[in-house]
Amino acid sequence: MSTISLVPLTPDQPLDLPSRGRVGMLSLIIGESAIFTIFVVAYVFYIGKSLYGPTPAQVLEVPIFNTVCLLSSSFFIWLAEGSIEKNRMRRFLLWWSTTICLGIVFLVGTAREWLKLIYHDGLTIRTNLFGTTFYSLVGLHATHVVVGLLMLLLVLVFTLTGHVKESHTERIQVLALYWHFVDAVWVVVFTVVYIIGR
Amino acid sequence: MGIGFLLWTRACFAADTVRPSSPINIFAPASTPASEIYHLTLFVFAITGAMFVVVAGLLCFAVFRFRARKLYEASEPPQIYGSNQIELAWTVIPVLTVVVLFLATARVIFAIQDAPKPPAALDVTVIGHQFWWEYRYPSLGIVTANELHVPLSHLNHPTSTYLRLTSADVDHSFWVPQLAGKTDLIPNRVNEMWIDPQRPGLYLGQCAQFCGVEHAKMLLRVYVDTPEQFTAWVKDQHRPGNQDPSVAAGRRVFETQACMNCHTVTGTAATGRFGPDLTHFMSRSTLAAGAAVNNAANIREWLKSPDHFKQGSLMPAMQLSDQQLDELVAYLSTLH
Amino acid sequence: MADQVLTIPDSLSVSPPQIADETFLERLHGWVVTVDHKKLGILYVLYSVFFLFVAGAEALCIRIQLLRAHNHFLSAAVFNRFFTMHGTTMVFLVGMPILFGFANYLIPLMIGARDMAFPRLNAFSFWLTAFGGLLLYFSFIGGFGLYGVGSAPDVGWFAYAPLTARAFSPGHSTDYWALALIVSGFGTLGTAINIIATVLSMRCRGMTLWRMPLFAWLMFVVSGLTLITITPLTAAQIMLLIDRYLGGHFFDTQAGGSAVVWMHFFWIFGHPEVYVLVMPAFAIANEIIPVFSRKAIFGYPAMVAASAAIAFVSLGVWAHHMFTVGMTSVSNAFFTLSTMLVGVPTGIKIFNWVATMWGGRIRFATPMLFCIGFLFQFLLAGLTGIMLSVSPLDWQLHNSYFVIAHFHYVLVGAIVFNIFAAIYYWYPKATGRMLSERLGKWHFWLFLIGFHITFDTMHFLGFMGMPRSIYTFEPDRGWDRLNMIVSIGGFIQGVAVLIFAVNLVWSYYRGQPAGDDPWDAWTLEWATASPPPEYNFATEPVVRSRRPLWDLKHPEDPDWRYEQ
Ligand code: HEA
Ligand code: HEA
Ligand code: HEC
Ligand code: CUA
Ligand SMILES: [Cu+2]
Repeated sequence: MSTISLVPLTPDQPLDLPSRGRVGMLSLIIGESAIFTIFVVAYVFYIGKSLYGPTPAQVLEVPIFNTVCLLSSSFFIWLAEGSIEKNRMRRFLLWWSTTICLGIVFLVGTAREWLKLIYHDGLTIRTNLFGTTFYSLVGLHATHVVVGLLMLLLVLVFTLTGHVKESHTERIQVLALYWHFVDAVWVVVFTVVYIIGR
Repeated sequence: MGIGFLLWTRACFAADTVRPSSPINIFAPASTPASEIYHLTLFVFAITGAMFVVVAGLLCFAVFRFRARKLYEASEPPQIYGSNQIELAWTVIPVLTVVVLFLATARVIFAIQDAPKPPAALDVTVIGHQFWWEYRYPSLGIVTANELHVPLSHLNHPTSTYLRLTSADVDHSFWVPQLAGKTDLIPNRVNEMWIDPQRPGLYLGQCAQFCGVEHAKMLLRVYVDTPEQFTAWVKDQHRPGNQDPSVAAGRRVFETQACMNCHTVTGTAATGRFGPDLTHFMSRSTLAAGAAVNNAANIREWLKSPDHFKQGSLMPAMQLSDQQLDELVAYLSTLH
Repeated sequence: MADQVLTIPDSLSVSPPQIADETFLERLHGWVVTVDHKKLGILYVLYSVFFLFVAGAEALCIRIQLLRAHNHFLSAAVFNRFFTMHGTTMVFLVGMPILFGFANYLIPLMIGARDMAFPRLNAFSFWLTAFGGLLLYFSFIGGFGLYGVGSAPDVGWFAYAPLTARAFSPGHSTDYWALALIVSGFGTLGTAINIIATVLSMRCRGMTLWRMPLFAWLMFVVSGLTLITITPLTAAQIMLLIDRYLGGHFFDTQAGGSAVVWMHFFWIFGHPEVYVLVMPAFAIANEIIPVFSRKAIFGYPAMVAASAAIAFVSLGVWAHHMFTVGMTSVSNAFFTLSTMLVGVPTGIKIFNWVATMWGGRIRFATPMLFCIGFLFQFLLAGLTGIMLSVSPLDWQLHNSYFVIAHFHYVLVGAIVFNIFAAIYYWYPKATGRMLSERLGKWHFWLFLIGFHITFDTMHFLGFMGMPRSIYTFEPDRGWDRLNMIVSIGGFIQGVAVLIFAVNLVWSYYRGQPAGDDPWDAWTLEWATASPPPEYNFATEPVVRSRRPLWDLKHPEDPDWRYEQ
């Protein structure tokens, strides 16, 4: 067989290599951040450039409750991470489901906001530049929340069927990293859309 | 190979400067922006050329001097892993070069872009269309197409022309190499550039931003007129559209077919703006932005089938009878 | 030079892997479902070579059309499709996948790993990329619907708005362009993530970052750059699709949208993209030049630092593609300066390569010939790049054939040359057989001659005011003869590429057996069999320096004595 053991000299100090899951997720996050940056730049560039109304000030309401839900979900998923690390599976289940609930509440909030904007204020993606940039940016974020929720739900199902163990801590943490990212993006989106852009 | 190319560059370049082999050579400037760029070009060529000679020389030397005598030699050459001094040197020298190049460039950028506008300057609005040019002279009240007339400028009392560029549809770019560098025409945006041509005559160029099917035939013709010629041209353009009764039949065709929806002939019912203004159509020497010479035969062919000269131009073939065509050509031929 | 295999000290010889008895279908199935990084790497390379032929054929059609003034070989519309497809294909379906293919094949071998970090993601990325390519070419049939005439994208590879708006680009050709690139873009993203994770987390014992082969280093930097450059393109294309399908107004100039914003987004991707393409080419040169000069690479840390610097600076120069859109004088000056600064780290690289050859014993095998060609051409291409970065000069030369010449000098003269070098260099590793040196020399010289005839001449057409993207030109412009020369050069290149194809196939069956280490090289991939067994290394290698095989072959004077 093709083998060569190369240089059986004193093996160097063992390398302390980072986990590939974490590296992979961080890379993905960097890439995703670039996507969001472009959408945010487009949003900021087009603030106030719409040729006709409605304007953000006329129709947007600041979604405080929604924001609180999403941001606190980051906290709960952090608790969940801690629980699985210490092999407290019931707590893990609790915190994990709380996170999911908060995510769903957030989505419902967004859906209601959009419903109001579309049917009450007549703002659609084709109405004006504000509509185009608003639905794209908020929609892009919401898409990420949906993807995140699907993955969280998958984990929930596996936890309920007893397939998730302490040994999966690493993967759970990688997934949580994504969720933290989605939350962090919301901070940016929130600032840009509801504070600067209004 | 590298040296050969360099020599070739030099040779062709020298030949080009002496005897422009193309009418739209960037090495035959006839206006201040173009000649500023030209002089900068020489400077940049000198520096990059020197750089090329040095580095390519080192490379050639290394390749010839250090080639292996046999494909496979048992002994290995001495291993050298690097040298901080040398590496520092070839970091610092390029940095200094960059500084020099940048300062020379910045001077020209500001000289051209931020030049003060002389009071006597003529304003022209250039509007790009798929695939033709519209020119408006707001101070003179003239609207024309495809052939730009500008006055000659003297260095001591410049009568430069300021172009305000915009577009009605997609991006285009205004490029007459002998007069100035190019500037894009972008919808929903106004760009500026200026020229002060110092030799009368015809200058050629063409659209330099891909703008669709017929981008290749969006040609530019700029006439630099002596003051007398320019005044005469302006006077000509101020005459209203032709009312010659002998071609009334043609005019009727023009105004009953869709022509008038797209074309203007001042003084008549035709006020369309989608196509070129035809009021003084016969004052132009070419048809459809340089696609063909402007003569009766070509006009007829154009009206019958614009695709013949310009496949994909936005003027439709109007399905006219031979008689209508003849009448139209007669009418258009009177629009001086 | 005759076909000759360079032997290496006996200590490294190992037995070739046995070939299993499989039917054709089984083998095919094996390739389709494979998650082995070596097979995927080969798939990538084959896929790209295929598209090199397709896009090359398109280029030849372009050149036939431009043979003389008022030629009627292609209609205006078809010409526009061809140059758009040529550019898009060459950049996205040839350049990117082939370079990632090499990375896939080589990085695990070079860092002594069993496979990539995420083998299944790896396979998924490849098939996404492949699907993107097919989608792009499907537009020839489906652009106007299956029943109508097909129409490929015809808006240029930069697809400037608002030419891409529904109003100016009816049908679906532009949608194919955007969708295909979004799909293959996700494939690329996956591969980039995979490479980063592999390099950071899969290295064998002793392989510290500072002992990694430069190839792995550069691919790591490129992957990082890819993460933040492909994604803006994806974002912009999503916006374009929103405009086209949902009636959005991102780039709708009638509703207050801006055409210039698209340009910014495109070039924020487009400029770093060219370094994403060229740095793998550098990576290849970093492996080949030292081996054939018989010297260690000169200034390894500087090479790493310069790569990182190029990646970093390249993020701040994109607007040099936009000097003519009417930016302020200050912006023009800024982007002139930042662009010129890229020349400094790039210069360091060129000088270090020359210094590597300096004092060596250069062996002119085919891979090295291509690399020397690369050095010359890249030097010149870089200097024409510097000329273009002088913004007043760019006002003249922008969108002229000078730009076409500049970037083909880099894309063909540097990247394609190095791709050929890499194929000649690693083909023995992947197949166990040498490529024919004789055909290789023919390939090299013909391609070199054809290349220079074509692309040197284009510079002058640029000076003479010939714009790009034109399907025909007027006879009175004085461009006839030079265009004829350019086209002839294109065909010489075509012949050279055909020779290459013959070589690839012929040598696969008839080439000389390569042995494990035909070039007497120094990195880990040459320590295993050719082709390598599925698990790469039976025992995990342990390294002590940047050139483990050098240490092995020269126990009296190992590298680790000199490295810090
Ligand atoms: C792999 C591809 C690649 C690479 C590596 C480069 C490298 C460079 N390019 Fe090029 N470029 C393209 C691909 C590439 N380019 C493409 C595809 C386009 C056109 C896109 C389109 O419009 O379709 C383009 C267009 C383009 C333009 C816009 C032209 C226009 O459209 O008007 C400019 C302008 O600044 C430019 C500049 C440069 C510079 C300064 C470098 C530098 O990186 C070069 C650095 C190298 C050197 C300078 C040589 C070695 C250095 C020394 C010997 C040291 C000493 C030298 C100095 C300090 C000066 N390029
Ligand atoms: C990696 C990138 C790459 C490569 C390798 C090439 C390779 C070549 N390119 Fe390309 N090119 C681009 C990237 C590339 N190009 C880009 C990005 C554009 C801009 C597009 C745009 O504006 O949108 C462009 C544009 C472009 C133009 C300008 C079109 C225009 O603006 O009107 C031209 C014109 O001559 C050209 C020519 C060539 C030629 C002759 C080759 C040769 O080197 C090709 C050699 C290879 C072959 C010849 C293949 C061999 C195949 C066979 C032998 C098959 C035989 C079959 C038949 C003969 C039918 N290219
Ligand atoms: C749908 C709009 C449209 C209609 C209808 C139309 N044209 Fe045109 N016409 C154009 C456009 C657009 C051009 C510019 C074409 C180009 O250069 O690409 C043009 C160009 C021309 C030119 C050349 C102008 C020049 O300056 O070179 C003439 C002459 C002309 N049209 C005459 C006519 C006549 C006569 C008719 C009616 C029988 C007509 N057109 C109907 C759109 C139209
Ligand atoms: Cu107008 Cu090209
Ligand atoms: Cu660039």
